[in-house]
Formats: sequence, C-alpha cells, structure tokens
Amino acid sequence: MDMPVPDPVILAKRARIVARLAGVLPADALITDPTETRAYECDALTAYRCLPMAVVLPRTTEEVAAVMRACHEEGVKVIPRGAGTSLAGGSLPTPDAVVLGVARMNAVIETDYPNRFIRVQAGRTNLSVTGAVEAAGFFYAPDPSSQLACAIAGNIGMNSGGAHCLKYGVTTNNLLGVTMVTMAGEVVQVGGPYMDAGGLDLLGVICGSEGQLGVVTEAWLRILPKPEGARPVLMGFGSNEVAGACVSDIIKGGLLPVAIEFMDRPCIEATEAFAKAGYPDCEALLIVEVEGSPAEIDEQLARIKAIAARHNPVAYREAASEDEAKRIWLGRKSAFGAMGQMGDYICLDGTIPVSELSFVLRRIAELSDGYGLRVANVFHAGDGNMHPLIIFNANKPGDLDLAEALGADILKLCVEVGGCLTGEHGVGVEKRDLMDVQFTREDMEAQLRVKDVFDPGWLLNPAKVFPLYVTASRRAA
Amino acid sequence: MQTNFTADQLAIPALARSNEILRSCVHCGFCTATCPTYQVLGDELDSPRGRIYLIKEMLETGRAADARTVKHIDRCLSCLSCMTTCPSGVHYMHLVDHARAHIEATYKRPFTDRAMRFVLAKVLPYPMRFRVALLLAKIGRPFARLIPDARVQAMLDMVPKRVPPVSRNDDPQSFAPLGARKMRVALMTGCAQKALNTDINDATIRLLQRMGCEVVVPRGMGCCGALTHHMGREDEAHGFAAANIRAFMAEVESDGLDAIVINTSGCGTTVKDYGHMFRSGAEAEAARQVSALACDISELLVRIGLPQGEAKGLRVAYHAACSLQHGQQIKSAPKDLLKRVGFEVVEPADAHLCCGSAGTYNLLQPEISKELKARKVRTLEAKAPDVISAGNIGCMMQIGSGTGVPVVHTVELLDWATGGPKPRALTEV
Repeated sequence: MDMPVPDPVILAKRARIVARLAGVLPADALITDPTETRAYECDALTAYRCLPMAVVLPRTTEEVAAVMRACHEEGVKVIPRGAGTSLAGGSLPTPDAVVLGVARMNAVIETDYPNRFIRVQAGRTNLSVTGAVEAAGFFYAPDPSSQLACAIAGNIGMNSGGAHCLKYGVTTNNLLGVTMVTMAGEVVQVGGPYMDAGGLDLLGVICGSEGQLGVVTEAWLRILPKPEGARPVLMGFGSNEVAGACVSDIIKGGLLPVAIEFMDRPCIEATEAFAKAGYPDCEALLIVEVEGSPAEIDEQLARIKAIAARHNPVAYREAASEDEAKRIWLGRKSAFGAMGQMGDYICLDGTIPVSELSFVLRRIAELSDGYGLRVANVFHAGDGNMHPLIIFNANKPGDLDLAEALGADILKLCVEVGGCLTGEHGVGVEKRDLMDVQFTREDMEAQLRVKDVFDPGWLLNPAKVFPLYVTASRRAA
Repeated sequence: MQTNFTADQLAIPALARSNEILRSCVHCGFCTATCPTYQVLGDELDSPRGRIYLIKEMLETGRAADARTVKHIDRCLSCLSCMTTCPSGVHYMHLVDHARAHIEATYKRPFTDRAMRFVLAKVLPYPMRFRVALLLAKIGRPFARLIPDARVQAMLDMVPKRVPPVSRNDDPQSFAPLGARKMRVALMTGCAQKALNTDINDATIRLLQRMGCEVVVPRGMGCCGALTHHMGREDEAHGFAAANIRAFMAEVESDGLDAIVINTSGCGTTVKDYGHMFRSGAEAEAARQVSALACDISELLVRIGLPQGEAKGLRVAYHAACSLQHGQQIKSAPKDLLKRVGFEVVEPADAHLCCGSAGTYNLLQPEISKELKARKVRTLEAKAPDVISAGNIGCMMQIGSGTGVPVVHTVELLDWATGGPKPRALTEV
C-alpha cells in the first residue's frame, strides 16, 4: 500500500503543533508518546499501520473545533476516528497527521418520542442508541455487525448498513441531521430534527463521505417503534449456489423479510463455536428474519418455507424462543471476529445484483482455488452486499500480497456483474486503488471537486478513498 | 494479528503462549464496548484492545516495562468482561497475567506503590494478619482524613464496622451430612473472606450438610493465590497454589472428593486455572485434577438440586460477580437457585460491568473503582430490591460500602430458604 511521503515541514514543527494542541485541550485528551499513540496506529484493518504525530480525544464540539482550527492554521492533517472498527482502514493515520477520536463524545443530548428522533454525540456506539430508547419501545434501525462497538460517527462516515437494512435502509435513510466541524474549525448544522431539510441535500453528501468533508460531532437520528414481534428461521443448503438461488427466489417472490443473511461452512463452524446457536450442519446457511404480529409472521414464513422447499433444504428451523433468536443473531453478528479462530483475514464488502449471487459465489470459489487461499463467505444476501473473508497468515511473508490480489480480483468481479466495490464499509485505504475500476476519471474528478469545497487544503483524512495518482496535484498544492 | 517474535523468543513457553493469544486477536474492537475502564475513561489505551497492543509491543521488544504501559495495565480490573465478548476467543486473562509478571520482574515502581503492594501481599492472604490489620485500621480510621494518599484512605474506608470473631468452623475438620451421604466435598474456606465475614462459610457448611454432603475443611489450605497473582508476584502465587494442591490431593487420596467447593468466585477462577499455572511441571497432573474438581457453590447446588420453595415475597437484586459471569462463565445458576427456593430475582442494567472491587483494585485504583461502584449501586437501587445478593466477598464489601440496601452472599439466602437462620444482614435492619 503506497502512502504519500510525510510532509517534512510538519514533522519538523511537531513540538510546536503539540504545544498548540495542549493549549486547547485538557491534559488527558492529548496523547503524544509513541508508546501510547501505537494503540491508535490502525483500526480493525491491521494489515496497514502507521504511528500518528498525536492523538486527541476531545469531549465537546467546542474542543473539536479548537483542535481543527489549530490544525488548519498549522496545516496539519487530521484523521477522524470513531471507535476504530473500520475494516477498510478508514482511520489509518499518517506520520504527519493528528488522529481525532470522538469516542468520549457519547452522550444522549435529547430524545423526542412524539417526533421520533434522538440527538446524540457522534461517538456514541450504535447499539447504545437503541439502548437509550428501547425502554420506550423504540429502536435505531441500521445495525452493522460491529454495532456493539462501532460509533455513530463512523456509521455516518461510511454510510453503514447491517443485517436489517434490507427493510429499513442504511444510515443515510435514518439520518436527519448533523452538527459538523469543518477543517477550518467552523461549526455547521446540516439538517435537523425534521424530515427533508430545505435546499440541496447536503446531508446526503456528508453521509458516506469517509471523513473527507468534516468531523461530525452530533447527529439527529430517526428512531422507529419496535415491531410487535420478530422470528428468525435457519435454512441449510447443500451448496453456496443453491442458497444463493433461494435468496434470489425469495426476493423475486415479492417478499421483503427484515433480513436475509448468508453464511458458508467455514463461517458456520467458527461462529457456532462462539455463540452455540445450534446452526445446522450444512454447506450454506440462510438466516431469514420476518417481523410483525404472530399471524403476519406465520403467513410470511409459510410462503418463505414453500420457496425454500423448491431448493431442497437440508435443514429448516424456526427460532422457538427469544433466547434462541438471540443466539442466532449473536453468532451472525460475531462472524468476522469469530473468523479470527481460523487465521488472519481481509474482509471485503463488494455489492452485487441479487440475481448474480449464485454465479459470483461460484466464481469466488474458483478464484479461491486458483490462489490457494481459503475464502469464507458471510453477508447480507437480501441486498447483495457480500463479505468474502480471505483467510491468510499474516506471519508468512508474501501471504498478505496474495490475499490482496485475490481481494482485488473478487471486487473486480463484483463490478463486472453490475455491482460496486463497497456496500457499507467504505473505500478507506483498502479499496482506494480499485476506484478506477468502478469510476472513470471524470466521475472521480467530480467527487474531488466536492471535497475542494469543504476541504480546499486537502487536510482531512489524507490518502483515502481516491487513488493517489488522482489526487496528487491537489495534495501537492 | 501479525506478531514479531523471534524463533528464540518462541522457544520460551510463556512467550509462545502469549504469541498464540495475540495471533488469535483480530483487533475488531468488540471488547472495548464492554470494558468498564473504557466506559469510564474513553481512551483505547484503557481498553482490552489497547492493552493487548501495549502488551504485544512490550513482549515483542522484550524491553523492561515503562511507566506508561504499567499505568494502563494497572488500570485493568481483570474482570474478563472482554473474554465474554470476544468472538475469536482471545485468552486475555493469560495474556495480562504474563504482562503483570513481566512488569513485576522488570519495572521498579515508585516507593509508595511498592510499599502498598508489599503490605497488601503480606497481609491480605493471611487471615490472622488481616484480622489484626482490620482491628488496627478501625482505630486508625478517625485519622484517615489526615493521610493524603487516596489509596490509604480507600483502605481505611473499606474496613467494616464489625470485625467478626474467628469461626471454629474454618478449622480443619469434617462435617457429617444430615442423612445419608451423597457426596464428599472439600470447602475452600478462603483467606480475606473469613476475616471479613464468617457467615458465608457457616451458611455453606449448613446448607451442604442439609443436602447430604460430607463437608471437609482440609488441613494445609490457604489463600488461592489470586491476590498475589494479580499483582504479578508469580512465585508467591504459585507457592500458595502448590500448598492448596497438596492439601486437596491429600483428601482425594484418603477418602476421595466429589468436588472442591468455592464460595468466593474470585478464588474459583484462579483454582480452575491451576491446571494452566502448573501445566509443565511435576504438579501438572495433580493441578489438573484439582482444577477439574473445583466448582462454585452455585454450580454444585445446581448439580445436587435444591427443593422448590414457596414464594418469600422478597425481591433480591442479583449482582453478577465478574469472576463468576466472565471468569467462570456461570451466569444463570445463582439466579435459577434463588428463584427455585422462592425469591423474586431482579438484575441491574449493565449487569456485565464490574462493581470496581476486583481483588485489590479498589485499594490501588480508588478513583476508577469509586466511579464503577457509584454506577453499580445506582443501577442496583433502580430495581428497588429488599436485598442484594452476590457470590463474591469483594463485591459484597464494595457494594455494601455504597448502599443502605443489605448485601448478602447468595448462599446465605439459599441456606435461609431451606431451613437455615435468617442472614445477619437482614436481621440487623
């Protein structure tokens, strides 16, 4: 992974920059010793690591603004960081940059049930947003698998999805407004506690901008009433392709379950060891969840069962209790982490048309054989958001390069069949150099011009999202 | 996660084990979400993921521990909530044990820190010394405000109002079962616990006798080693453990044992790890046997089966000790038992979070400990309980010092419900 040469001018005035930061932050909010900054050298993509110049952990929007003003005046790059759970290296530091972590900003500012929104500081974890409103019968819909730990700030940055987004949409469909600090340290509000803010949809531009445009410090989020009930069903199949075909048929049949999740054998085994969910012994597993009243659930499941029957499932089991449903989801949500039992991995995020599932799964298996690296599949099948996990050995020289090459081939395949590079994890550094597979130079130029407006000095989250050759002239200026 | 150990390093068993643990971590960050100190401090360095990184760096380079690394490792409660959360099965406990031993061997702590730890290590595990210290501290408490060190104040604050007289039940002996003998079990009588509270062992013995157990208090048994182990004083900890292994094995070899019962879950976690502690050595087989026999009192009672009781009209807030819920993964047994004998059982929000007691943590890290205690007391009191029950003396003392609600050991309630006396904490209200 090529990274730009660190700015020698910035490195030379490190002491001065640190002193300026110390002047605007409490002592425990600034980390500069390399022993301690090391813990911030990477996120959940550990293949790429780099010590930052400093780490700041502000508690308020005002502190964030003060840090941004100082960095802007000194020309220092800033790496926004939520909970550090990015699988795409979204918060990978550079040596001449300051990491700005918002994890301490985790307060609930306001809940408004009649108007169905919650306003939180952006460092709050995804699951604890639901935690704050569930007693009143509400929930926050986007549910990335890392929802226990990941921050709303990162969710907005990457426009995260999750298992239940098949029905409820991704972050952008559940975000009402943000308070954002620009690189110049200006605090702006975009959108607010109401639907459809006036003017151009700037919120749509900010959501998914991967920390390129500003640092989101607060957010108004749409909350929804909890459904009356929900029931997951486990369906086991003899092969990945058959399971893929079944997904296609369910969607084609006009059904819209809340979630259709897919796991293949390696994933089933790894997650079963952790969650003890009683997953069936099969090559490919679908977790399909429907919700509503008991009668609605029964009706939908009857139709789904009939469709599944056409694909000769080797197992079919509806969750019989709340506890069983919980375990089923615990396993699925822990799948990435649980794969750590099998080795190191790179997790991909390509998205494809659902009708192409069977074909793509077969091609992935062929590519995997060709490279001699195992690929485990666990993903949101209902909306075609795939997460092939390429298993490799980080301690074996050359293995990472091989895994990356296989990953690139799989992502190219996704684009070829009409899909895209990323569904919800973001481009980060991981898919940066593949952007030209999906976008023409003109497409990318249009995106760069948007960034020019928000961050003319190109100081925010450097060397991410766009191939370096595309941004070279702007970064040099 | 990638690691960088040399072949020579990997030839050392302790490093090989730590490498294995580090390799299984994928740095996903799930553990941060359930770590109490990260909840309080919000810095990755005070989370399991950050500490794993610090430990990795320290062990890979083989350098002496530095003050910054020590600060963050010292702040770890060893509550092991991270191990419950971790999907890839990272054995954080063995990793942090290794780090603590490395710190103890290579880092010179400031004088007051060393003195404090020395005193704790030489007093707490010895019931007689501890009892004398408690009595002296009672005299010293009025002067607590004059001492500037927060840790010393924390110690004096923890001293109970009543220091019980020695219970002769804790002497080596055998208690006959009531009725036919179903099992022969050894009771680990503990160290600090029996100086602070003698009711717990008394209730345990009565209850087990009633359930048809012969209860043996083995000769030569002492502290389980956890207190010194968590301070990184490996040799002392292993000394305690070896003595216990000999004491228990003597009983195994004489008349046989069906179980080693432990009613202080912090000790339980450690005794269950003896097999790992002595994995390569002459005691390996004996240690493995002792670990396999060790069980928490709630585990044994589930195995025996308690009679169903009538509703008592008493609401019990069950506090899950970390050493039970995370260290030993015993989650439902105590609650099931309480419900079975007739109590209404409620649980606080964020039950997975530590109360801040954590062995000697409340004494060594008073600020973080106080914050965790306040959170725990708040969530427990929100359930409006008549009584709070826990399976670990440390938690009982910690929570008891922050609430007016009586705090008892789970076994005291179970004993009472099956024919024993009403727990002292309830009669004194």
